[in-house]
Amino acid sequence: MHELSITRNIVAIVAEKAAGRPVKKVHLDVGALAGIEISAISFCFPMVADGTALQGAELVVRTIEGRAHCSGCDKDIEVATLSAVCPCERRAPVAITAGEELLVRSMEV
Amino acid sequence: MCTTCGCSGGEGSTVLHDLQSGESVPVVKVLDPAHGHHHHGHGHHHHHGDGHHHDHDHGHSHDHDHDHGHSHDHHHDHGPAELIELEQRVLSTNDRIAERNRAWLDAREVLALNLMSSPGSGKTTLLEATLRAWDGPCSVLEGDQETTRDAERIRATGVPVLQLTTGTGCHLEAEMIWQGLQRLRPAAGSVLFVENVGNLVCPALFDLGEAGRVVLFSVTEGEDKPEKYPHMFRGADLVLLTKVDLLPHLDFDVERSLEAVRSVNPDAPVLHVSARSGEGMEAWFQWIRSRAARQQETA
Repeated sequence: MHELSITRNIVAIVAEKAAGRPVKKVHLDVGALAGIEISAISFCFPMVADGTALQGAELVVRTIEGRAHCSGCDKDIEVATLSAVCPCERRAPVAITAGEELLVRSMEV
Repeated sequence: MCTTCGCSGGEGSTVLHDLQSGESVPVVKVLDPAHGHHHHGHGHHHHHGDGHHHDHDHGHSHDHDHDHGHSHDHHHDHGPAELIELEQRVLSTNDRIAERNRAWLDAREVLALNLMSSPGSGKTTLLEATLRAWDGPCSVLEGDQETTRDAERIRATGVPVLQLTTGTGCHLEAEMIWQGLQRLRPAAGSVLFVENVGNLVCPALFDLGEAGRVVLFSVTEGEDKPEKYPHMFRGADLVLLTKVDLLPHLDFDVERSLEAVRSVNPDAPVLHVSARSGEGMEAWFQWIRSRAARQQETA
């Protein structure tokens, strides 16, 4: 699963910025439409963190809900999937504006 | 594992196989190319004081001098714990290497196409038919978890090919392509086909530096595949509906499958092809030529 490789990236980014200081918490933003299984990241995190500056650190994940702009009715809507259609029923393309984030927001040392 | 960065270093399981020379070289994953690690299994790497590097023929050295200065730390004092804002995209390292690949490819007008699909939808068969009919220079990077079988099939067409086996990995990453490029050295003005690991999920997330993403979808799969795997189909520049010679024997509803593609990606053209009968292959070649022409205009 790609979550393992993503978790390795998270640990690498934080460990570099921590510059040797032990890390207490890592805050991660994951969009609901990002194609990331949060539970898989949480599962991989302690194993990948083991032996690094992040050993024993807590991973706090914030989910960013999906939002899109409908070109038919010119309104912003909430979307649960990438193939969502706007309730305005004009069947116009919607552009995703939020929910695809995959970001290390901050860390606590 | 490297204790500083958490990267899998020498334990990384991706291997690059050169059938021509019989060599197999481990692909070292560089999770952070900026922090200057040298986890080389073997081989040479020269760093010169003036920042100049040179590659050797066996090509598994890589640069460590990319910019990474885009994230900046803000320090706030909040009692015992110090909060440091990072705001760094998790895949920023892969994306940076992908941009380097893209610049390398654009400079040589090499059109790199990333072919993705579920296992068994006909990527290698389509490639074989494509390479046999294509009249220009081309080369192939093959991705699979195990075996060099696909590279052997490609080699039989006479086209230069390297096999990347990812071991436990479920997708190709930009660094693997970079190292593949250094060894394969595709000719200027050629087409480079990258056959990703058969998987409709993970490869969608990893930019390789390609000029176009081609997603294959065979008529022996369900019509709703694009709705089930929207990330993959949403990123496609072209969708190839493959094995259409089998349509008379199946209940596959073509119109329903096209609706499914449009629901996640209204812009991607869909071509109906059969590597076996040759149907639609000329339209596929035409699409490749138009992408190559577009790259030359923008280069």
